[in-house]
Amino acid sequence: MIEIKNVSKGFGEKEILTNVSAVMETGKTNLIIGTSGSGKTVLQKCMVGLFEVDKGEIIFDGKSLTNMQEEERKELRQQIGMLFQGSALFDSMTVQRNVKFPLDMFTNWSHAKKMERVNDVLDRVNLKDTNNKFPAEISGGMKKRVGIARAIVLKPKYLFCDEPNSGLDPQTSMVIDKLIHEITKENNITTVINTHDMNSVMEIGENILYLYEGKKEWEGTKKDIIFSKHEKLNEFIFASEFLRDAKDMRMLEAKGIIDNDRNMEQILRDGGASLVVDEGDKGNPDK
Amino acid sequence: MTFFSTIGGYILMIKGMFTKPENLKMYWKELMHQSVEIGMGSLGIVAVISVFMGAVSAVQTSYQLTSPILPKETIAYIVRDTVILEFAPTLVCIVLAGVIGSKIAGELGNMRVSEQIDALEIMGINTKSYLVLPKILAALITIPLLVILAMVLGIYGGRLAGSLGGILSTDIYDRGLIQNFVSKNVWFGLSKAYTFAFIISSVSSFYGYHVKGGALEIGRASTTAVITSCILILFADYILAFFLL
Repeated sequence: MIEIKNVSKGFGEKEILTNVSAVMETGKTNLIIGTSGSGKTVLQKCMVGLFEVDKGEIIFDGKSLTNMQEEERKELRQQIGMLFQGSALFDSMTVQRNVKFPLDMFTNWSHAKKMERVNDVLDRVNLKDTNNKFPAEISGGMKKRVGIARAIVLKPKYLFCDEPNSGLDPQTSMVIDKLIHEITKENNITTVINTHDMNSVMEIGENILYLYEGKKEWEGTKKDIIFSKHEKLNEFIFASEFLRDAKDMRMLEAKGIIDNDRNMEQILRDGGASLVVDEGDKGNPDK
Repeated sequence: MTFFSTIGGYILMIKGMFTKPENLKMYWKELMHQSVEIGMGSLGIVAVISVFMGAVSAVQTSYQLTSPILPKETIAYIVRDTVILEFAPTLVCIVLAGVIGSKIAGELGNMRVSEQIDALEIMGINTKSYLVLPKILAALITIPLLVILAMVLGIYGGRLAGSLGGILSTDIYDRGLIQNFVSKNVWFGLSKAYTFAFIISSVSSFYGYHVKGGALEIGRASTTAVITSCILILFADYILAFFLL
């Protein structure tokens, strides 16, 4: 579990994060969402210690990162895996060497044992026959998967992902989301994901923190989002008409007004006229 | 960055390099890799400029020494000392500031911009130690060797130009080479090589390591690294000559 306690962070005169508090739960995919420039990346970089917080504390399973000495931080960082927005693979190394790098640096394992682990994690992220390719020779989705493999090779307790879906098509994004979610469950790790991808939010958002202009505006689960009346959150999440319609449908579905047995095609065709909804529900889906 | 914050940042980077390595074997590998990159990568250009610098030096010296009283051996003598004292260490290092300096700044800048340095930091690796220290050590090992090579090839270039151009025979040139030889000059040349090697590698690493932005900033950092290294080399050249000769 990672606790964020009253964290504030600024650069020069500009305050990026203001008094943010949250709890990132173990065994769950914790999402930090918000528009570009809302402070998601800064918060995540504060959490991994790349930025020092101005005020407040970051606590990893009872141990305060803020008060740690450099050696303690080094030890903690070996329990952290991170997937970067641009994958951050070492371009001079092959896929295999990229994934093996943390093992070479931090273990005294034999070459055979290291290779066994490397092949295990590459299998886990569904990458085969790419061991000897360089990052420049593989696709964006594959790079993300190599990044995940490198992040989990040392079996971390905490996994951080910064915009894991940026630059990927929706289908590949789903694969990456699913993979991160499965790895979180399999290894019972604390996963923190920065995203503004709504598919990710609705697919894997078990604990969601919404930042707006550096402040925590909302916290909840993906189910809570459907029923939330938080204006800024709704504007952000359901930005398009299509998404707003999808939300209404989900709400009706959740209330049992429509279900799988009904003819959804008919409802979509007649714009909802065939729905038998009592007057109180019409135009007020939150009720 | 202002002048004082640049100096402060540079000192902090140098200080930050000296921590206990996470894994000595990996550091050794990186040192060897950098030595090959810096040393072998610059071998060709150093060889070419050294031969021509010696050759040009011989031709121009003979052009200026018109007095019949001066023996022809003097040409070899002047070529030898000019190459050892100035051309090999200073000229070669200025060229290396361009070749190695831009390469180091570009490599580290790219790693910074593409978050590879952050990825190493998150793993718990001291990036100043792992990325910068091996580059500086590799430069300190290989650049003086390149300067020694430049001294030899420069003198040989003078010999070649002298004989091919009919300026003086190889026998006279060889006689001139051993006249009034002062071994201190070689040590002076090497002291300069070590100083310049440190300047080139550390200044370029500093500018590359602290890049902020994108591709444009990487280019700017490389240019700044080369210009700053060249100015510092010339400044250090004067200081060393003033105090050591």
